[in-house]
Amino acid sequence: MNDTVNVSGSLRARLSLTLIGSAAAIAVLLFFVVRTYAAQIAQSGQDNILEASVTSILDAATLRDGAVEVDFPYVAFSMLSTDADDRVFYAIWQEDTLLSGYELLPVADAPDGSEIVHVSAIFDGAPVRVATAARILVGANTRTRVTVSVAQTQDALAGTLNKISRNVGLIGAGFFTLSVLVASWATNTTIRPLERLTHSITRRGPKDLSPVARPVPMEMAPLVTSLNSFMARLDTSLKQSEDFIAEAAHRVRTPLATVRSHAEATLQRVEREDNRQALRSMVRAIDESSRAAGQLLDHAMITFRADHLETQSVDLVELVEDLVTRLAPVAEMKDIALTVISEGEVSVEADSILLQNALRNLVENALKYAPGESEITLEVFASPRPRVEVRDEGPGFPPDQIQGLAARFSRGENAKDTIGSGLGLTIAQDVATAHGGALTLTNLPEGGACVTFLL
Amino acid sequence: MRYIFALIVWLCPLMGTAEEWEDQNAFGPASAAKTLRVLSSTDTSLFAPVIEDFLRSRAGVAVEYFVTGTAQIDQVFRAAPDDFDVVISSAMDLQLKLVNDGYSVPVETLSQPDWAQWRNSLFAFTTEPATIVINRAAFAPDTVPQTRQELIAAMRARPEVFRGKVGTYDVRKSGLGYLFATQDARASETFWRLMEVMGGLDARLYCCSGEMIDDLVSGDLVVAYNVLGSYVAAREDVAETLEIVLPSDFPTTMMRTAFVSSRTEVEAEAAAFVRHLVEVQTGPRNPDVFPLPPLSAAVDGAGQAVISLGPALMTYLDPLKRKRFIKEWSSAVIQ
Repeated sequence: MNDTVNVSGSLRARLSLTLIGSAAAIAVLLFFVVRTYAAQIAQSGQDNILEASVTSILDAATLRDGAVEVDFPYVAFSMLSTDADDRVFYAIWQEDTLLSGYELLPVADAPDGSEIVHVSAIFDGAPVRVATAARILVGANTRTRVTVSVAQTQDALAGTLNKISRNVGLIGAGFFTLSVLVASWATNTTIRPLERLTHSITRRGPKDLSPVARPVPMEMAPLVTSLNSFMARLDTSLKQSEDFIAEAAHRVRTPLATVRSHAEATLQRVEREDNRQALRSMVRAIDESSRAAGQLLDHAMITFRADHLETQSVDLVELVEDLVTRLAPVAEMKDIALTVISEGEVSVEADSILLQNALRNLVENALKYAPGESEITLEVFASPRPRVEVRDEGPGFPPDQIQGLAARFSRGENAKDTIGSGLGLTIAQDVATAHGGALTLTNLPEGGACVTFLL
Repeated sequence: MRYIFALIVWLCPLMGTAEEWEDQNAFGPASAAKTLRVLSSTDTSLFAPVIEDFLRSRAGVAVEYFVTGTAQIDQVFRAAPDDFDVVISSAMDLQLKLVNDGYSVPVETLSQPDWAQWRNSLFAFTTEPATIVINRAAFAPDTVPQTRQELIAAMRARPEVFRGKVGTYDVRKSGLGYLFATQDARASETFWRLMEVMGGLDARLYCCSGEMIDDLVSGDLVVAYNVLGSYVAAREDVAETLEIVLPSDFPTTMMRTAFVSSRTEVEAEAAAFVRHLVEVQTGPRNPDVFPLPPLSAAVDGAGQAVISLGPALMTYLDPLKRKRFIKEWSSAVIQ
């Protein structure tokens, strides 16, 4: 199976980028809209003052003895004072004749009456805003048109606009910063249920295939539904295969026992040495098969019980001593001494049947690999955590395979000429894990293997 | 005096046509690499010390100082803006219009309050009130008029004393006189009544404050209206004879201003000169360097408000307005 997941893109990055990107776009848009709007307002402010100035000059225009007089008030220009000391230009025309002011000032065509025309222009190298209005003066027998233009440079306006731009820029930047914070918060909030689901599934025990019960957001419901149904199917097929193995092992063991008793009976009757030899091999093979079947059954049972532990107070020392008593005949056959070292009672909360099973597998393993006339030591410790160490004087574990040995049906390379299913360590490890402990395999410095069963 | 003080008369090598200068002086070494040409309305005697003070720390710079009337400054400079680097005048309105019309460059290194500068180009460096100057001989002590109204009353009471012996600016010839007259007219109708009374007494009209002071000293005048009091105060010989009256009804205070020509080829030196003027006038007072009053927002306890530098000053420069004002003034004064 391929362990690496095919990753393409990131939801978090996509969400963050979308949110931050749109915030940036909105901030920039905000900047330009507000700036344009402010520019219009500032410009209309200047236009209003120019308008008032033009009006006050135009109002002062009179016809006296057929000549135009424009005795405009001081305020006409004093109102044009600005912080930036903007330059002021003006022109007063009668028809097409300049009465006074700046002849070259660009003048817009203004309709007669109160309407004032504003234009932007360049005068004497500086951008100016020009307001122009015209009025018809009616005398005794004359009728003449007076046009007044007042222009002002835009230094103060530019200053105001710069200030506004700076402030709007700051507001935009502030808005953007806030949006980034909100975006990261929103992203986290959105991603969190997904992370929670991932976490809850990762944290599960290896055999926990129960459906996800925690509430999840609507959008994740289809995913969780599929996941649940997938896990249910997996659970069913797993249970079926376990059941099948248990059933098979059970069915194989009984006939094997019958075959063994027949073989033993035949062995009593057969005289020829080569026949007897063949029968003995047969009996040994049957023993191994039946042990393997037994271990398969044990394993199936452990798999079942691990999910439904029936814990009770168990004295680990008493349990180990019982086990030693039961296995003593087998050990004696190989001239192996079983020694128990302990310091009083070590009480643990555990499933005693599983513990027995696990420890028996460990000791049987040790018996299998230990040479004759050697010693197997079972030492029980109470602290820091309850544990049992099983030490033998055998060949030890192959150092390069020590990690994978507890896997199901895995056997050390040096075990090729020893009969076994490879389930013993797996059973012990499953039991330890089910109790929240661990199984550690080490080689002793003076030779021999050491298995630590930690609860 | 460390520097050669050379008086060069009738030498106008830079001018296309010989101008009728009131006065023309050169300061600093004749061999100087850079020559600063200053066009001014202020008498050389008042300005010489500050020019020498300016040159003291600058080797290789010379100053040519041209003096003419305020109205002529405007004409001369507009006709030949290339010929001058710094323009100094007491006619604020004409100066402001020159700056408005783009004849100046800003002095970026100089920062002055708003009321004392315009566009960072036109810099004020004195505050000088228009005053009534009287010859003490014509008035008994305690009867010296303190306001325009009192002056009108005094002239009406003793016309025989004042006939032919009252003087004021000829606003047609003097830029400063026109500025004072228009500002007075804006402030109060009293101005017109005063002009009418003075006109009725055959007022004598002058181009400059200096001549009015001379005639006051000689006794040809007993009272002069809108004279620069600062010129009187700067002359130590007249303190006994003349008395300066700051009209307490309403003040008219002018600021002498300077700007750097936009066509100058020695901009750094010209800017330094303007900066020097402003610094001398805003720093610790030293009458030996510059005898005219310093730059200050309030001239005295009476709170003399200065004519503000702003585009409004261009109002009375408008030909239509000027024509109308001079017509009115003439009908009052020249009867």
